[in-house]
Amino acid sequence: MTVYIKEIKQSFKAWCIWTFAISFMLMMCVLIFPETKGQMESLNNVFANMGSFSSAFGLDELNFGELMGFYKTECGNTLGIGSGLFSALIGISALSAEEKEHTAEFLLTHPVSRFSVVMQKLLSVLTQIIFMNIVIIGIALLSSLIIGESFEMRPFFLMHMAYIIMQTEIACICFGISAFIRRGSVGAGLGIAVLFYFMNIISNITEKADFLKYITPYAYADSSSIISESRLEMNLICIGILISAFGILTAVLKYTKKDIL
Amino acid sequence: MAIIKTENLTKSYGKSRGIINLNLKVNEGEFFGFIGPNGAGKSTTIRTLLGLISPTSGKAEIFGKDISSHKTEILSDIGYMPSEAVFYNRMKVKEVIEFSAKMRKKNCSAESEKLCERLALDTGKRIEELSLGNRKKVSIVCAVQHKPRLCILDEPTSGLDPLMQKEFFDILKELNSEGTTIFLSSHVLSEIQKNCSRTAIIKDGRIIATDSVENLSRTNAKRVTIHGINSLPENLNAKSVEKTSDYISFLYSDDIKKLLETASRLPVNDITITEPSLEEIFMHYYEKDGAEI
Repeated sequence: MTVYIKEIKQSFKAWCIWTFAISFMLMMCVLIFPETKGQMESLNNVFANMGSFSSAFGLDELNFGELMGFYKTECGNTLGIGSGLFSALIGISALSAEEKEHTAEFLLTHPVSRFSVVMQKLLSVLTQIIFMNIVIIGIALLSSLIIGESFEMRPFFLMHMAYIIMQTEIACICFGISAFIRRGSVGAGLGIAVLFYFMNIISNITEKADFLKYITPYAYADSSSIISESRLEMNLICIGILISAFGILTAVLKYTKKDIL
Repeated sequence: MAIIKTENLTKSYGKSRGIINLNLKVNEGEFFGFIGPNGAGKSTTIRTLLGLISPTSGKAEIFGKDISSHKTEILSDIGYMPSEAVFYNRMKVKEVIEFSAKMRKKNCSAESEKLCERLALDTGKRIEELSLGNRKKVSIVCAVQHKPRLCILDEPTSGLDPLMQKEFFDILKELNSEGTTIFLSSHVLSEIQKNCSRTAIIKDGRIIATDSVENLSRTNAKRVTIHGINSLPENLNAKSVEKTSDYISFLYSDDIKKLLETASRLPVNDITITEPSLEEIFMHYYEKDGAEI
C-alpha cells in the first residue's frame, strides 16, 4: 500500500481545499434557508411559470418552502458542480500525472506490478471521494442543527448516495482516459465534467434529448424522484456502474501494456 | 552466469528505429560499459530491460528470468539510476529515499544514512529545492541503498561535480567488489575506460562491437606524434591527422620501419608512439565506413 499512502499524502492539500470550499458553500446555503423560507411561496409560483428553464434545473417539482426541497436544488447544484469537477480532476490526473511530471520512470522501476499501481491509485481516488462526502454530509447535518431544522433522512441520504455514485462514475471515466494521455489532463477532466453537467440540463429541457440521461451521471444524481418518491433511478445507476467498471477495466488494460517513454 | 542476456531484442517506435536485433551478454560480477552517442539506443535498451517499454520482438533475460513474465521479481534485485533524476517535487529527500526502500519492502535506513553522509546530501530539503547534482545524489542513494544484485546506470554522472563523480565511482567499485554487477551506460569514454572491464558499442540501434576495454583499445594502429615538423610526409599512409605549428600527430598502421626511416630524414625534435585512446577507437566506429583502424 506504499503507492496508496503516497497518493493520499500528495493529494491531501488539494482535497482539503476542495472539501472546505464545497462544504462552506453548502453550509452557507443551509444557513440562509430560514431567511428565505418566507419568500419561497412566491418563488415556487415563479418557478412553476418558467417552463423549460425550471425543468432544466429540476425546479418545477420541488417545494422550496421545505428544507429538503431547498437543499436539493440550491445545495444539489453546488455539490453537483463542485464535486463533479473535483472527481474529474483526481480521476484524470491519477495515472497521467506520473508521466506528465516524469516520475513514472522512478515509480515503475521499483518491484511493483502495473496492475497494483493502477489499483492503489484507484483506491486513493475512491478514498478521497468517500471522505469528502463524509465531511460534506457532516457539515450539512451540523448546519441544519444550527438553524433548528431537520432533513428528511431517507431522501437526504439517498440524494448523497446518488451524488457519491455520480462522482465515482465521473472519476472512473476520467481514470480510464488518464491511462491514455500524458499531457493536458486537467483540461480534459474539467471538460468531461462540464459536458456531463450540460448534457443533463439539455435532457431536462427537451424530450428529444432524453437519451442523454443514459449517458450523463448527473441525470440520476439530480433526479427529482429522490425527494418526491424517496427512490433512486436504479436503471440509470446500473448503467453508471457499468460505465464505471468499463473505465476501470480500460485503465487496467491500457496501463499494464503501455510504453513509458 | 549471464546476468543480462538479450537475443535479437528489437524495439521500434512505429517507423522510427529504436534497437535492432540486439544481442548482449553481461556476466555476473562484471563492470560493464555501454557506449554510444545520444539517440544510438542506449536508453531504449535499458528501458526495455526494466520493463518500461515492451520489446517489438526478441527476448531478454535478467538473472536467467524472462523480463516480461518475471518483471517484479527481477526489479526487486535491481538498482536503477536514470539519466534524468526526477522525483515527487513536494516530497523531502528523506521521504523519497524511504519511499524507495518501502517499495522494495526493505529497511535500508542504516545504508541510506551512510550514503547520504558520503555524498553530503541534505535529507531535510524538498526535491523542488535541489540542484541537478543533488537530485542525482538522491538517485544514487535510491539505486544502491538496498545493495542490489545488478545496478543499471544511465548516464549517471551528468550534473555531478568531479569530487562527487569520484565518490560515486568509489561506491560503485565497492558494490562491484561485493558481487554487484554494474551496467554503465555512458558517452563519457574516460569513465568507461577507467572503470569497466568489458564494453559494448551501440550504433544506430545495433551493437557493433563487444569486447574487453583492453581488446577494443588493442589495434594495429598507433598514435604517432612528431615534434619539429608540421606537414605530413607524402609517403606515409596516415589517418586522423592533427597539425599544429610545432608538431604533427596521426594514426599509423603501416610498416613501422618505413615510419622510422622517413622520420630519420626529417628535422625531428621528438617522437612519441602510443596506443590510440578509446575515444579514437569509438570515433572510428562512428565513421560512416567504419573500417578497421
